[in-house]
Amino acid sequence: MDKLREFVEDQIRTDLPKFKAGDKIKVYVRVIEGNKERIQSFEGNVISIRGGGMSKTFTVRKVSNGVGVERIFPYNSPKIQKIEVLREGKVRRAKLYYLRNLSGKAARIKDKNLR
Amino acid sequence: MPGLLGKKLGMTSVYTEDGKLVPVTVVEAGPCQVVNLRTKEKDGYEAVVLGFGSRKAKRTPKPVKAYFEKNKLELARKIKEFKNFDVSELKIGDVVKVDIFAEGDKVKVSGISKGKGFQGVMKRHGFGGVGGTTHGQGDRLRAPGSIGQSSYPSRVFKGTRMAGRTGGVRVTTKNLKVVKVIPEKNVMLIKGAVPGAVNSIIEINK
Repeated sequence: MDKLREFVEDQIRTDLPKFKAGDKIKVYVRVIEGNKERIQSFEGNVISIRGGGMSKTFTVRKVSNGVGVERIFPYNSPKIQKIEVLREGKVRRAKLYYLRNLSGKAARIKDKNLR
Repeated sequence: MPGLLGKKLGMTSVYTEDGKLVPVTVVEAGPCQVVNLRTKEKDGYEAVVLGFGSRKAKRTPKPVKAYFEKNKLELARKIKEFKNFDVSELKIGDVVKVDIFAEGDKVKVSGISKGKGFQGVMKRHGFGGVGGTTHGQGDRLRAPGSIGQSSYPSRVFKGTRMAGRTGGVRVTTKNLKVVKVIPEKNVMLIKGAVPGAVNSIIEINK
């Protein structure tokens, strides 16, 4: 079992910054169009981080033109070029699914570093 | 094609270069010692006897121990014959490693499947069960249905599939793809599931 764990740990990405649910992040994703590769970014709030090891994923939610858009990223995917943490949010739970039922002013997340 | 003995370490998943997540079984394959050689002259066929793993001297039967000591070999947990090796190039005491496999190879993996105890026909043979709970079938959802007819044949045919002990038998899965070989760790990754429990010994044939 230890050899397996060792192997899995070798595969896990350590270059990404730490972030939590409630943080606003920008994810840079490699996209292949035809045979060209370009970088696409997705900016929004982290509303959930689930799983561990190789199967860890996180969900980023943004509201685009009044429509809520959520994207689930596999944490260890080589398609993620980099992640920028734009703002740390102050939230009281790990899964922010309640944001789906809120809109406008109510759907804001408080900044952690504000007093 | 040649083969190896290995130990199933468990399952995980890896990303391919194009970013696809592939489920894999991590197998510690080899290093295997050549314990004996079967030759055309002596045995009528060619094969290599490989040994894998370690075994305590006090738990080894004396004749086996004597053979290993005579040939200056380390006691092996499991010994198995493999065909299609180039016998002329090997001698007793040689070590065969994972590097006989390469990425993209198709392999055949055999192991003893997990024992599941006494199971019904749905799990054991994949029967569909009874369709619903109406027409008086309220408590027979997982029943096998009819197992024979009355006046002829008036008996149940031999080999009729019924409930019973499931698992714990040798199972072979064919055409599994080798995703990666890591020779320095004696580890190989095989796409998908492999028969047997974690830490059980499996045979990998090319």
